[in-house]
Amino acid sequence: MLKHRVIPLLSLDNYKLIKTRCFKDPQYVGDPLNAIHIFNEKEVDEIIIIDITASKEKREPNFNLIEEIAGECYMPLTYGGGIRSIEDVDRILSMGVEKVSLQSSVIMNRNFINDLALRFGSQSIVVSVDVKKNLLGKAQYLFSSKNLILQTDLIDLIKDLVNAGAGEVLLNSVDKDGTLSGPDLDMIKKISNSIDVSVIACGGISSLDDIKAAVEVGASAVAAGSFFVYYGPHRAVLISYPKYNELEQLFSNLNKIPNE
Amino acid sequence: MNLIINCGTGNFSSVAKMINATGGKSFFGSTSQDIDKASKIILPGVGSFDNGMKAIELASIKEKIIEKVKFENVPILGICLGMHLLCRSSEEGSLNGLNLVEAEVKKFYFPNNDKIKIPHMGWNTVKPVNKNSLISSHKKEQRFYFAHSYKVVVDNPNLTIGTSYYGSDFCAAFQKKNIFGVQFHPEKSHSFGLELIKSFMEL
Repeated sequence: MLKHRVIPLLSLDNYKLIKTRCFKDPQYVGDPLNAIHIFNEKEVDEIIIIDITASKEKREPNFNLIEEIAGECYMPLTYGGGIRSIEDVDRILSMGVEKVSLQSSVIMNRNFINDLALRFGSQSIVVSVDVKKNLLGKAQYLFSSKNLILQTDLIDLIKDLVNAGAGEVLLNSVDKDGTLSGPDLDMIKKISNSIDVSVIACGGISSLDDIKAAVEVGASAVAAGSFFVYYGPHRAVLISYPKYNELEQLFSNLNKIPNE
Repeated sequence: MNLIINCGTGNFSSVAKMINATGGKSFFGSTSQDIDKASKIILPGVGSFDNGMKAIELASIKEKIIEKVKFENVPILGICLGMHLLCRSSEEGSLNGLNLVEAEVKKFYFPNNDKIKIPHMGWNTVKPVNKNSLISSHKKEQRFYFAHSYKVVVDNPNLTIGTSYYGSDFCAAFQKKNIFGVQFHPEKSHSFGLELIKSFMEL
Protein backbone atom coordinates (compact mmCIF):
# COMPACT_ATOMS: atom_id res chain seq x y z
CA MET A 1 0.00 0.00 0.00
CA LEU A 2 1.12 3.51 -0.77
CA LYS A 3 1.58 5.52 2.39
CA HIS A 4 0.15 8.94 2.94
CA ARG A 5 3.04 11.33 3.36
CA VAL A 6 3.35 13.74 6.24
CA ILE A 7 5.70 16.52 5.25
CA PRO A 8 7.36 19.33 7.17
CA LEU A 9 7.24 22.45 5.03
CA LEU A 10 9.99 24.91 5.87
CA SER A 11 9.92 28.51 4.70
CA LEU A 12 13.18 30.23 3.93
CA ASP A 13 14.12 33.86 3.66
CA ASN A 14 17.38 33.34 1.80
CA TYR A 15 19.56 31.86 4.62
CA LYS A 16 17.05 32.06 7.46
CA LEU A 17 14.31 29.69 8.41
CA ILE A 18 11.12 31.64 9.06
CA LYS A 19 7.46 30.97 9.76
CA THR A 20 4.64 33.24 8.67
CA ARG A 21 1.03 33.64 9.73
CA CYS A 22 -1.45 34.07 6.85
CA PHE A 23 1.64 34.74 4.71
CA LYS A 24 2.55 37.72 6.96
CA ASP A 25 4.58 38.48 10.11
CA PRO A 26 7.62 36.30 9.47
CA GLN A 27 9.20 34.99 12.66
CA TYR A 28 12.76 33.71 12.71
CA VAL A 29 12.73 30.05 13.73
CA GLY A 30 16.33 28.99 13.21
CA ASP A 31 19.02 27.64 10.98
CA PRO A 32 17.80 25.53 8.05
CA LEU A 33 20.64 22.99 8.12
CA ASN A 34 20.16 22.36 11.78
CA ALA A 35 16.43 21.83 11.24
CA ILE A 36 17.08 19.45 8.34
CA HIS A 37 19.48 17.53 10.48
CA ILE A 38 16.85 17.00 13.16
CA PHE A 39 14.14 16.03 10.66
CA ASN A 40 16.59 13.62 9.08
CA GLU A 41 17.12 11.84 12.38
CA LYS A 42 13.39 11.65 12.90
CA GLU A 43 13.15 9.86 9.53
CA VAL A 44 10.47 12.13 8.13
CA ASP A 45 8.63 11.07 4.98
CA GLU A 46 9.75 14.01 2.92
CA ILE A 47 10.71 17.68 3.26
CA ILE A 48 9.60 20.73 1.33
CA ILE A 49 11.66 23.90 1.45
CA ILE A 50 10.33 27.08 -0.08
CA ASP A 51 12.32 30.29 -0.26
CA ILE A 52 9.30 32.55 0.01
CA THR A 53 11.15 35.80 -0.60
CA ALA A 54 13.21 34.78 -3.65
CA SER A 55 10.67 35.57 -6.38
CA LYS A 56 9.39 38.63 -4.58
CA GLU A 57 12.92 40.01 -4.36
CA LYS A 58 13.70 38.77 -7.89
CA ARG A 59 16.50 36.72 -6.37
CA GLU A 60 17.75 33.47 -7.85
CA PRO A 61 17.62 30.31 -5.71
CA ASN A 62 20.33 30.08 -3.07
CA PHE A 63 22.11 27.23 -4.85
CA ASN A 64 24.86 26.82 -2.27
CA LEU A 65 22.39 26.37 0.54
CA ILE A 66 20.21 24.02 -1.53
CA GLU A 67 23.21 21.83 -2.26
CA GLU A 68 24.14 21.70 1.42
CA ILE A 69 20.58 20.85 2.40
CA ALA A 70 20.26 18.14 -0.27
CA GLY A 71 23.46 16.53 0.97
CA GLU A 72 21.97 16.27 4.45
CA CYS A 73 18.74 14.64 3.30
CA TYR A 74 18.26 10.88 3.35
CA MET A 75 14.68 11.53 2.42
CA PRO A 76 13.04 13.13 -0.58
CA LEU A 77 13.39 16.87 -0.82
CA THR A 78 11.34 19.41 -2.74
CA TYR A 79 12.69 22.91 -3.30
CA GLY A 80 10.75 25.97 -4.42
CA GLY A 81 11.42 29.67 -4.73
CA GLY A 82 13.00 31.89 -7.38
CA ILE A 83 13.21 29.18 -10.08
CA ARG A 84 13.04 30.80 -13.50
CA SER A 85 14.67 28.59 -16.10
CA ILE A 86 15.23 25.01 -17.23
CA GLU A 87 18.87 25.54 -16.25
CA ASP A 88 17.81 26.43 -12.69
CA VAL A 89 15.78 23.22 -12.46
CA ASP A 90 18.55 21.14 -14.00
CA ARG A 91 21.04 22.53 -11.51
CA ILE A 92 18.76 21.93 -8.52
CA LEU A 93 17.80 18.37 -9.50
CA SER A 94 21.45 17.50 -10.13
CA MET A 95 22.23 18.54 -6.57
CA GLY A 96 20.16 15.69 -5.20
CA VAL A 97 16.81 17.42 -4.91
CA GLU A 98 13.91 15.19 -5.99
CA LYS A 99 11.35 17.77 -6.96
CA VAL A 100 11.01 21.44 -7.68
CA SER A 101 8.01 23.46 -6.66
CA LEU A 102 7.01 26.19 -9.07
CA GLN A 103 4.65 29.10 -8.87
CA SER A 104 5.65 32.50 -10.25
CA SER A 105 7.44 31.07 -13.28
CA VAL A 106 4.53 28.91 -14.41
CA ILE A 107 1.39 30.82 -13.64
CA MET A 108 1.73 32.98 -16.75
CA ASN A 109 3.68 30.41 -18.73
CA ARG A 110 2.19 26.91 -19.01
CA ASN A 111 4.75 25.99 -21.65
CA PHE A 112 7.43 26.13 -19.00
CA ILE A 113 5.78 23.30 -17.03
CA ASN A 114 5.39 21.38 -20.24
CA ASP A 115 9.06 21.80 -21.14
CA LEU A 116 10.11 20.77 -17.63
CA ALA A 117 7.84 17.72 -17.58
CA LEU A 118 9.17 16.55 -20.93
CA ARG A 119 12.75 16.98 -19.84
CA PHE A 120 12.63 15.84 -16.21
CA GLY A 121 9.35 13.91 -15.96
CA SER A 122 6.16 15.00 -14.18
CA GLN A 123 7.24 13.22 -11.00
CA SER A 124 9.78 15.97 -10.36
CA ILE A 125 7.44 18.90 -11.01
CA VAL A 126 5.22 20.28 -8.25
CA VAL A 127 3.07 23.33 -8.76
CA SER A 128 2.40 25.37 -5.71
CA VAL A 129 -1.03 26.96 -5.52
CA ASP A 130 -1.80 29.59 -2.90
CA VAL A 131 -5.50 29.95 -2.29
CA LYS A 132 -7.14 32.86 -0.53
CA LYS A 133 -10.82 33.28 0.16
CA ASN A 134 -12.53 36.55 -0.62
CA LEU A 135 -15.08 38.23 1.65
CA LEU A 136 -17.85 36.05 0.23
CA GLY A 137 -15.85 32.92 1.00
CA LYS A 138 -14.99 32.22 -2.62
CA ALA A 139 -11.60 30.51 -3.02
CA GLN A 140 -9.31 32.37 -5.42
CA TYR A 141 -5.77 31.99 -6.70
CA LEU A 142 -3.27 34.28 -5.01
CA PHE A 143 -0.23 35.13 -7.13
CA SER A 144 1.86 35.52 -3.98
CA SER A 145 5.06 37.11 -5.26
CA LYS A 146 3.01 39.90 -6.86
CA ASN A 147 0.32 39.88 -4.17
CA LEU A 148 -2.29 39.64 -6.88
CA ILE A 149 -5.60 37.79 -6.86
CA LEU A 150 -6.37 36.13 -10.20
CA GLN A 151 -10.00 36.17 -11.29
CA THR A 152 -9.74 32.94 -13.29
CA ASP A 153 -11.79 30.05 -11.88
CA LEU A 154 -9.53 28.31 -9.36
CA ILE A 155 -10.37 24.73 -10.36
CA ASP A 156 -9.97 25.47 -14.08
CA LEU A 157 -6.65 27.06 -13.38
CA ILE A 158 -5.37 24.11 -11.35
CA LYS A 159 -6.59 21.66 -14.00
CA ASP A 160 -4.71 23.69 -16.55
CA LEU A 161 -1.48 23.49 -14.56
CA VAL A 162 -1.90 19.73 -14.17
CA ASN A 163 -2.64 19.24 -17.86
CA ALA A 164 0.52 21.16 -18.66
CA GLY A 165 2.50 18.45 -16.85
CA ALA A 166 2.59 19.07 -13.10
CA GLY A 167 2.97 15.85 -11.14
CA GLU A 168 1.71 17.17 -7.83
CA VAL A 169 -0.18 20.15 -6.51
CA LEU A 170 0.95 21.79 -3.29
CA LEU A 171 -2.23 23.40 -2.08
CA ASN A 172 -1.66 26.16 0.45
CA SER A 173 -4.51 27.79 2.23
CA VAL A 174 -3.32 31.35 2.83
CA ASP A 175 -6.02 32.06 5.41
CA LYS A 176 -4.97 29.01 7.41
CA ASP A 177 -1.19 29.50 7.18
CA GLY A 178 0.42 29.50 10.62
CA THR A 179 -2.92 29.65 12.42
CA LEU A 180 -2.96 26.07 13.79
CA SER A 181 -6.73 26.26 13.34
CA GLY A 182 -7.37 23.12 11.31
CA PRO A 183 -7.22 22.54 7.53
CA ASP A 184 -9.70 23.86 4.98
CA LEU A 185 -11.31 20.49 4.36
CA ASP A 186 -13.91 21.70 1.84
CA MET A 187 -11.26 23.14 -0.40
CA ILE A 188 -9.00 20.08 -0.12
CA LYS A 189 -11.91 17.86 -1.02
CA LYS A 190 -13.05 19.93 -3.96
CA ILE A 191 -9.61 20.18 -5.49
CA SER A 192 -8.52 16.58 -4.83
CA ASN A 193 -11.70 15.43 -6.54
CA SER A 194 -11.12 17.53 -9.63
CA ILE A 195 -7.59 16.44 -10.55
CA ASP A 196 -5.80 13.15 -11.17
CA VAL A 197 -2.49 14.00 -9.56
CA SER A 198 -1.60 14.04 -5.86
CA VAL A 199 -2.65 16.95 -3.70
CA ILE A 200 -0.37 17.96 -0.83
CA ALA A 201 -2.63 19.83 1.56
CA CYS A 202 -1.03 22.59 3.56
CA GLY A 203 -2.27 25.20 6.00
CA GLY A 204 -3.82 25.09 9.45
CA ILE A 205 -2.61 21.64 10.56
CA SER A 206 -2.48 21.54 14.37
CA SER A 207 -2.79 17.86 15.26
CA LEU A 208 -2.59 14.29 14.03
CA ASP A 209 -6.37 14.32 13.74
CA ASP A 210 -6.15 17.28 11.33
CA ILE A 211 -3.72 15.30 9.19
CA LYS A 212 -6.07 12.36 9.18
CA ALA A 213 -9.05 14.55 8.29
CA ALA A 214 -7.22 16.08 5.32
CA VAL A 215 -6.36 12.61 4.02
CA GLU A 216 -9.92 11.41 4.51
CA VAL A 217 -11.24 14.12 2.21
CA GLY A 218 -8.77 13.28 -0.52
CA ALA A 219 -5.28 14.68 0.12
CA SER A 220 -2.50 12.27 -0.85
CA ALA A 221 -0.09 14.00 1.47
CA VAL A 222 -0.24 16.61 4.18
CA ALA A 223 2.33 19.34 4.78
CA ALA A 224 2.67 21.53 7.84
CA GLY A 225 4.98 24.20 9.15
CA SER A 226 3.97 25.48 12.57
CA PHE A 227 2.83 22.07 13.75
CA PHE A 228 6.36 20.71 13.33
CA VAL A 229 8.40 23.73 14.41
CA TYR A 230 6.41 25.19 17.31
CA TYR A 231 5.50 23.81 20.68
CA GLY A 232 2.90 25.09 23.14
CA PRO A 233 0.64 28.14 23.24
CA HIS A 234 3.56 30.58 23.21
CA ARG A 235 4.98 29.06 20.06
CA ALA A 236 8.36 28.15 21.42
CA VAL A 237 10.53 26.82 18.61
CA LEU A 238 10.86 23.08 19.05
CA ILE A 239 11.13 20.68 16.15
CA SER A 240 9.01 17.56 16.38
CA TYR A 241 7.64 14.85 14.13
CA PRO A 242 5.30 11.96 14.92
CA LYS A 243 6.77 8.50 15.33
CA TYR A 244 6.23 6.08 12.46
CA ASN A 245 3.97 3.80 14.46
CA GLU A 246 1.81 6.77 15.46
CA LEU A 247 1.32 7.62 11.79
CA GLU A 248 0.76 3.99 10.94
CA GLN A 249 -1.95 3.79 13.54
CA LEU A 250 -3.43 7.12 12.45
CA PHE A 251 -3.87 5.91 8.87
CA SER A 252 -4.88 2.36 9.77
CA ASN A 253 -8.58 3.12 10.06
CA LEU A 254 -9.22 5.84 7.55
CA ASN A 255 -12.79 6.77 6.98
CA LYS A 256 -12.53 7.93 3.39
CA ILE A 257 -15.36 10.09 2.30
CA PRO A 258 -16.69 8.74 -0.98
CA ASN A 259 -16.46 10.98 -4.02
CA GLU A 260 -19.64 12.57 -5.19
CA MET B 1 35.95 1.06 -6.34
CA ASN B 2 32.27 1.67 -6.70
CA LEU B 3 31.41 3.73 -9.73
CA ILE B 4 28.38 5.96 -9.83
CA ILE B 5 27.64 6.71 -13.45
CA ASN B 6 26.79 10.36 -13.70
CA CYS B 7 25.76 11.14 -17.21
CA GLY B 8 22.57 13.09 -17.75
CA THR B 9 20.37 14.47 -15.02
CA GLY B 10 20.18 12.83 -11.67
CA ASN B 11 20.67 12.95 -7.95
CA PHE B 12 24.06 11.47 -7.41
CA SER B 13 25.48 13.12 -4.32
CA SER B 14 22.90 11.46 -2.09
CA VAL B 15 23.87 8.05 -3.49
CA ALA B 16 27.54 8.75 -2.80
CA LYS B 17 26.75 9.96 0.71
CA MET B 18 24.81 6.80 1.44
CA ILE B 19 27.63 4.58 0.18
CA ASN B 20 29.91 6.56 2.44
CA ALA B 21 27.61 5.97 5.36
CA THR B 22 27.88 2.21 4.81
CA GLY B 23 31.66 2.52 5.04
CA GLY B 24 32.14 2.13 1.29
CA LYS B 25 33.87 4.40 -1.17
CA SER B 26 32.65 5.59 -4.52
CA PHE B 27 33.59 7.83 -7.40
CA PHE B 28 31.65 9.54 -10.15
CA GLY B 29 32.37 8.92 -13.76
CA SER B 30 30.97 8.57 -17.24
CA THR B 31 33.85 7.38 -19.41
CA SER B 32 35.03 3.95 -20.57
CA GLN B 33 38.12 4.32 -18.39
CA ASP B 34 35.94 4.95 -15.34
CA ILE B 35 33.95 1.81 -16.07
CA ASP B 36 37.17 -0.18 -16.45
CA LYS B 37 38.14 0.80 -12.92
CA ALA B 38 34.79 -0.13 -11.39
CA SER B 39 34.36 -3.10 -9.10
CA LYS B 40 30.65 -2.27 -8.82
CA ILE B 41 28.49 0.05 -10.85
CA ILE B 42 25.54 2.13 -9.75
CA LEU B 43 23.37 3.55 -12.49
CA PRO B 44 21.08 6.17 -11.01
CA GLY B 45 18.91 8.49 -13.01
CA VAL B 46 15.90 10.67 -13.17
CA GLY B 47 14.23 12.01 -16.28
CA SER B 48 12.86 10.34 -19.33
CA PHE B 49 14.02 7.06 -20.86
CA ASP B 50 15.32 8.48 -24.13
CA ASN B 51 17.19 11.26 -22.35
CA GLY B 52 18.87 8.64 -20.18
CA MET B 53 19.84 6.44 -23.13
CA LYS B 54 20.97 9.46 -25.14
CA ALA B 55 23.29 10.47 -22.32
CA ILE B 56 24.79 6.97 -22.25
CA GLU B 57 25.16 6.92 -26.02
CA LEU B 58 26.66 10.41 -26.06
CA ALA B 59 29.27 9.28 -23.54
CA SER B 60 29.92 6.24 -25.81
CA ILE B 61 29.74 3.83 -22.89
CA LYS B 62 26.78 1.66 -23.87
CA GLU B 63 28.88 -1.23 -25.17
CA LYS B 64 31.35 -0.81 -22.33
CA ILE B 65 28.68 -1.16 -19.66
CA ILE B 66 27.23 -4.23 -21.37
CA GLU B 67 30.66 -5.83 -21.70
CA LYS B 68 31.59 -5.16 -18.09
CA VAL B 69 28.32 -6.41 -16.67
CA LYS B 70 27.54 -9.29 -19.01
CA PHE B 71 30.99 -10.74 -19.57
CA GLU B 72 32.98 -9.66 -16.54
CA ASN B 73 30.07 -10.09 -14.14
CA VAL B 74 30.57 -6.77 -12.41
CA PRO B 75 27.54 -6.13 -10.20
CA ILE B 76 25.34 -3.25 -11.33
CA LEU B 77 22.47 -1.57 -9.53
CA GLY B 78 20.04 0.51 -11.57
CA ILE B 79 18.01 2.97 -9.55
CA CYS B 80 14.64 4.25 -10.79
CA LEU B 81 15.28 5.35 -14.40
CA GLY B 82 18.55 3.43 -14.11
CA MET B 83 16.51 0.24 -13.59
CA HIS B 84 14.53 1.05 -16.73
CA LEU B 85 17.69 1.59 -18.76
CA LEU B 86 18.80 -1.97 -17.94
CA CYS B 87 15.71 -3.26 -19.77
CA ARG B 88 15.03 -3.85 -23.46
CA SER B 89 12.84 -0.85 -24.19
CA SER B 90 10.29 1.51 -22.73
CA GLU B 91 6.90 2.88 -23.68
CA GLU B 92 8.29 6.22 -22.57
CA GLY B 93 10.70 6.44 -25.47
CA SER B 94 11.79 5.00 -28.78
CA LEU B 95 15.45 4.20 -28.13
CA ASN B 96 16.67 0.72 -27.20
CA GLY B 97 17.71 0.12 -23.61
CA LEU B 98 20.88 -1.63 -22.47
CA ASN B 99 18.96 -4.89 -22.85
CA LEU B 100 20.73 -6.58 -19.95
CA VAL B 101 17.46 -7.82 -18.50
CA GLU B 102 14.60 -9.21 -20.57
CA ALA B 103 11.93 -6.74 -19.57
CA GLU B 104 9.73 -3.98 -20.92
CA VAL B 105 8.99 -0.67 -19.25
CA LYS B 106 5.30 0.17 -19.35
CA LYS B 107 3.21 3.09 -18.25
CA PHE B 108 0.92 2.67 -15.27
CA TYR B 109 -2.56 2.34 -16.68
CA PHE B 110 -5.74 2.06 -14.64
CA PRO B 111 -8.63 2.22 -17.08
CA ASN B 112 -11.15 1.12 -14.48
CA ASN B 113 -10.02 3.29 -11.64
CA ASP B 114 -9.45 6.98 -12.19
CA LYS B 115 -8.79 7.50 -8.49
CA ILE B 116 -5.32 5.99 -8.70
CA LYS B 117 -2.99 8.88 -9.31
CA ILE B 118 -0.06 8.76 -11.71
CA PRO B 119 2.87 9.19 -11.05
CA HIS B 120 3.11 6.70 -8.23
CA MET B 121 4.79 8.89 -5.72
CA GLY B 122 5.66 8.42 -2.10
CA TRP B 123 6.48 5.69 0.38
CA ASN B 124 5.34 2.20 -0.36
CA THR B 125 6.09 -1.16 1.16
CA VAL B 126 8.19 -3.66 -0.75
CA LYS B 127 7.57 -7.35 -0.29
CA PRO B 128 10.62 -9.54 -0.88
CA VAL B 129 9.92 -12.42 -3.25
CA ASN B 130 12.28 -15.10 -4.54
CA LYS B 131 15.51 -15.60 -2.72
CA ASN B 132 17.96 -12.80 -3.38
CA SER B 133 20.95 -10.99 -2.00
CA LEU B 134 19.57 -7.47 -2.01
CA ILE B 135 16.30 -7.28 -0.09
CA SER B 136 16.28 -9.04 3.22
CA SER B 137 13.25 -11.22 3.81
CA HIS B 138 13.33 -11.40 7.60
CA LYS B 139 12.23 -7.82 8.24
CA LYS B 140 8.69 -7.09 9.32
CA GLU B 141 8.00 -4.35 6.83
CA GLN B 142 10.27 -2.41 4.54
CA ARG B 143 9.27 0.85 2.96
CA PHE B 144 10.94 2.82 0.24
CA TYR B 145 10.42 6.08 -1.59
CA PHE B 146 9.00 5.87 -5.12
CA ALA B 147 8.48 8.50 -7.80
CA HIS B 148 7.66 7.13 -11.25
CA SER B 149 5.02 6.87 -13.96
CA TYR B 150 6.47 3.81 -15.71
CA LYS B 151 7.06 0.36 -14.29
CA VAL B 152 9.12 -2.64 -15.25
CA VAL B 153 7.46 -5.80 -16.54
CA VAL B 154 9.93 -8.70 -16.57
CA ASP B 155 9.49 -11.52 -19.11
CA ASN B 156 10.42 -14.06 -16.49
CA PRO B 157 8.63 -13.40 -13.18
CA ASN B 158 11.32 -15.33 -11.32
CA LEU B 159 13.60 -12.34 -11.79
CA THR B 160 11.39 -10.22 -9.55
CA ILE B 161 12.87 -9.95 -6.07
CA GLY B 162 10.53 -7.35 -4.61
CA THR B 163 6.95 -6.38 -5.34
CA SER B 164 4.89 -3.36 -4.42
CA TYR B 165 1.21 -2.79 -4.77
CA TYR B 166 -0.13 0.15 -6.74
CA GLY B 167 -3.44 -0.69 -8.36
CA SER B 168 -1.92 -4.14 -8.77
CA ASP B 169 1.34 -5.81 -7.80
CA PHE B 170 4.29 -4.64 -9.84
CA CYS B 171 8.01 -5.37 -9.97
CA ALA B 172 9.74 -3.01 -7.54
CA ALA B 173 13.10 -4.77 -7.75
CA PHE B 174 14.69 -7.38 -9.97
CA GLN B 175 17.83 -9.45 -10.03
CA LYS B 176 19.35 -11.36 -12.90
CA LYS B 177 22.60 -12.82 -11.58
CA ASN B 178 24.83 -9.76 -11.01
CA ILE B 179 22.31 -7.32 -12.46
CA PHE B 180 20.02 -5.53 -10.00
CA GLY B 181 17.37 -2.90 -10.48
CA VAL B 182 15.21 -1.07 -7.99
CA GLN B 183 12.30 1.13 -8.94
CA PHE B 184 12.46 3.07 -5.69
CA HIS B 185 15.12 5.42 -4.38
CA PRO B 186 17.21 3.71 -1.67
CA GLU B 187 19.26 6.90 -1.30
CA LYS B 188 16.08 8.66 -0.19
CA SER B 189 14.66 5.89 1.99
CA HIS B 190 16.65 6.49 5.17
CA SER B 191 17.43 3.40 7.23
CA PHE B 192 15.75 1.00 4.77
CA GLY B 193 17.74 2.38 1.86
CA LEU B 194 20.94 2.34 3.84
CA GLU B 195 20.50 -1.35 4.53
CA LEU B 196 19.85 -2.13 0.88
CA ILE B 197 22.91 -0.18 -0.29
CA LYS B 198 24.90 -2.00 2.36
CA SER B 199 23.73 -5.36 1.00
CA PHE B 200 24.79 -4.32 -2.50
CA MET B 201 28.18 -3.18 -1.20
CA GLU B 202 28.67 -6.51 0.55
CA LEU B 203 27.98 -8.62 -2.57
